[in-house]
Amino acid sequence: MAEPERDQVSGTETTGHEWDGIKELNTPLPRWWLWTFYATIVWALIYTILYPAWPLVSSATSGVLGYSSRAEVAANIAAAKAAQSQYLDQIAVLPLEDIRADQSLFEFALAGGRSAFAVNCSPCHGSGAQGGRGFPNLNDDDWLWGGSLDGIDMSIRHGIRYAADEDARISEMPAFGRDGLLEPAQIADVVQFVLSLSGKDHEADSAIRGVQIFTDNCADCHGATGDGDRNQGAPALNDAIWLYGDSAEAIAAQVTNPNHGVMPAWARRLDDTVIKQLALYVHSLGGGE
Amino acid sequence: MNTVMRDVDAVDRVDVEPVSKEATRELYKARVKIFPMRSSGTFRALKWWVMAVTLAIYYLTPWIRWDRGPFAPDQAVLVDLAHRRFYFFFVEIWPQEFYYVAGLLIMAGVGLFLVTSVLGRAWCGYTCPQTVWVDLFLVVERFVEGDRNARIMLDRARWTLEKIAKRVVKHAAWLVIAVATGGAWIFYFADAPWLAQALVTGEAPFIAYSTIAVLTGTTYLFAGFMREQVCIYMCPWPRIQSAMFDENTLIVTYNDWRGEPRGYLAKQRDPSLGDCIACNMCVAVCPQGIDIRDGQQLECISCALCIDACNGVMDRIGKPRGLISYTTLTDFKERAAGKVAKLSWREVVRLRTIVYASVWALAGLAMLAVLADRDRLEVNVLHDRNPLYVQLSDGGVRNGYTVKILNMVPQPRSFELSLEDLEGATFTVAGSDAPPAESVRVDVGADRVRSLRVYVTVGPAYVRAGRTEFEFEVEDVAGEEDADYLAAFHAP
Repeated sequence: MAEPERDQVSGTETTGHEWDGIKELNTPLPRWWLWTFYATIVWALIYTILYPAWPLVSSATSGVLGYSSRAEVAANIAAAKAAQSQYLDQIAVLPLEDIRADQSLFEFALAGGRSAFAVNCSPCHGSGAQGGRGFPNLNDDDWLWGGSLDGIDMSIRHGIRYAADEDARISEMPAFGRDGLLEPAQIADVVQFVLSLSGKDHEADSAIRGVQIFTDNCADCHGATGDGDRNQGAPALNDAIWLYGDSAEAIAAQVTNPNHGVMPAWARRLDDTVIKQLALYVHSLGGGE
Repeated sequence: MNTVMRDVDAVDRVDVEPVSKEATRELYKARVKIFPMRSSGTFRALKWWVMAVTLAIYYLTPWIRWDRGPFAPDQAVLVDLAHRRFYFFFVEIWPQEFYYVAGLLIMAGVGLFLVTSVLGRAWCGYTCPQTVWVDLFLVVERFVEGDRNARIMLDRARWTLEKIAKRVVKHAAWLVIAVATGGAWIFYFADAPWLAQALVTGEAPFIAYSTIAVLTGTTYLFAGFMREQVCIYMCPWPRIQSAMFDENTLIVTYNDWRGEPRGYLAKQRDPSLGDCIACNMCVAVCPQGIDIRDGQQLECISCALCIDACNGVMDRIGKPRGLISYTTLTDFKERAAGKVAKLSWREVVRLRTIVYASVWALAGLAMLAVLADRDRLEVNVLHDRNPLYVQLSDGGVRNGYTVKILNMVPQPRSFELSLEDLEGATFTVAGSDAPPAESVRVDVGADRVRSLRVYVTVGPAYVRAGRTEFEFEVEDVAGEEDADYLAAFHAP
C-alpha cells in the first residue's frame, strides 16, 4: 500500500479523495473524544444488560436488575399511601367534628377534599364551588338540605333525587302550571307575592291576590313566610339567593314546570374517607354551619 | 528544558525557557509542566499573609457562634437551604430579600473593577482561591520533593522506590487538603459541630458526602494538576481585565529601558549592557510559566514573585532594586525617556477609580440604608378569584382572602389583624368558630409565615356594587411594628 499523502501546510494525512482540486484532511479525532465515545459504548452495553432494553417478539428483555418504571410508580404510590395512612386511618374512624378539631388532621382533610372536589364535583358546582343556574353555590350560607358537617356528608354520600340510592334525599315540587293545578293568572299573582317576600319590586295588587294562593298551595313546604324547609329540601323564598333566577319570569317558569336537580350518590364511587374529606372541605368554604 | 546551573560570580543563572511565550504559542498543545522555584521577598511575604488570612476565613467562619435566641440557629454564617434562610451575623435574610446577595455581588464586581484599575490583577495574584490553593499545594510539593531542580530531577528520574514514596506522600497530602477544602464548604450549609459529628459517624446526609467528593475532586485537579491552565483557559476574568487597565494602572513591568540589552554577568562586562544579567530567575519563579521581560501578557496574574526574585539578584550584584516593578505605563514611559517619575496620587485617584469607588460606596450605602430600615413584619393578601364574591342569603356579600403574615424575627409574636376603610365589614377566619369580628388576634411562630383563610362579609346595608378598595392591617400587639396591604372587595 502506498504511503498516504500528506498535506504540505498542516502535515496531516489526507483522505486521498479529491473534489475539484480540494482535498480533505484526515484529521484524527481528539483522543479525549474518542475515549469518551468508547466509554459510552461500554456504558450502553452494561446498561442494556442491567435494564430492560432489547425488544423481543411480544415483550422485551427485562434486565438483570429487574427494574421497570411501572413497578417504580406502583412503589411510589404505595409509599405515598403508606405515608398518608396515619391520617387516613384516623379520618376513617373519627367523627367529622373531631377531625375538624384536630388541626393537622383537618389540614390534611382539606387538601384531600380540595383535590377530590376538583376531580368529582367541579364539573357541576364549578372549580370554585360557585355553582351556577340549577347548581347550588356551596360557598354561601343558604342550604337546601342543611349545611352542617353531617348534612353535607349525607348529601354527598347518598345524592339528591338519585333513584339508584334509596337513602337519597328526594323532593318534588308539583308542576302547578303544566298539570293544571293553577291558572296562569293565579301563577302570576303568586309570583308577585313571592317577589314581595324578599322585598323585591312587585305589583302590590297582584301580590295581595297571591297571598291566598301561596297559603293554599306553597306554604306547606316553603312555609307561610317563605322560610323554606330543609327537611323537604324546600328552598327559602325570602332571601337573596335563587337557584333558578330571581326574575318574575324565572319564578313563574319554576312554578309552572319546575326543574329538579339531580346529584349522584358518591358513596358508590368514592372511598368513605374521601367523602369525609369532601364534606369537611365543602363545609370550610365559608357557609358551613 | 535544561537544568544545568552555571556559577557566574555571585549569581546563579537558570537555563529556562518560558512555557508560555507568544512566539511559540500553539492552538493545541499538551501542558508543559512548570516547576516554580521558591522565591522570597516583600511580595512573597505578603502572599503568605494573604494565604493565611483567606484560608483562616474559609476554614474557621462556619465555627463562629452567634446567639440569636432559642428559635434560630447560633451559627454566625449559615445558608439554611432546607428552611430557606440565610444568616450572616446580625442579619437574617429571607428568600424574597435575596437582592441583598445580588447587591453584594454587584459590590464584589465593582470592587474588583476598582482594585484592577489601580493594582492590575491583584485579585488573581493574591486572593483568588485558585492562586491560594495552588500556592498551598506547591508548599506541600516543595516540602516533599524539594525545590525546582530537585523536582525536575525527580520528574525525569526512573520510577524508584524513593520516587514512588515521594509521589505517594505528596498526593496523599494533597488529597487530605482537598478533602478538608470540600469538607469546610458544607459546614456553611448546616450546623457545623453537628455536621462534623455526623460526618465522622457516617450519619450525615448523602448530599454532604457527595459535595465533599466533588469539591475534593475539583480541588485536587485544579490545584494539583491544572494550575495555571485554569487561569489561562477556563477563567473569564483575565479576558475582561484589559477593559479595566489603563495607562495609570500599576502593572508588574520589566523596565526594559534599564535592563536592555541584557547580558551575562562577567568579570569584564561590556558597560553598554543593561542591568539585566539574563539570570532568568524571574522566569524560574513564575508559577504561570512566562517571561515577564516579554511584556504584559494574558497569562500574568501579577503575583509579583518575579519582582522579589529580581530584587534579590539586584541586591547581590549591587544594582538598585526595581528592574522588575509595579509600574504604571505613564511612569514607565517617563522613565524610559530619562525623566524622574514617581507614582503620584493623581495616578491612583482618577476619574475611573473615582467612578468605581463611588458606585461601590453607593451600592454599599444603599444596602445598609435598606437593611437598617427593612420590615420584619409583612402581610400579603391574595383575593379569591373563584368565586370573586359570594352572595349571602340576607343580601350581604362575602369575599374570601388568603392572608399571609410573615413574622421575620426569631421570636414568636402576636398580631392584631383588622380591616381599614371598609364600612360595615366583619370577618371570620376559616377553622375558627369565633363569631364575625372587626379584628382578630393572630399568633405567629418565630421566623414563620402563617397563612389564614379570611372571609370578609359586608352587611346588606353597606354593599356597594363593583370594586371597593380597603386595607388589611396587621399590628404587633407589643406595638413595635405594623404592616398593611391594599386589597379590594368585590360585589355584584
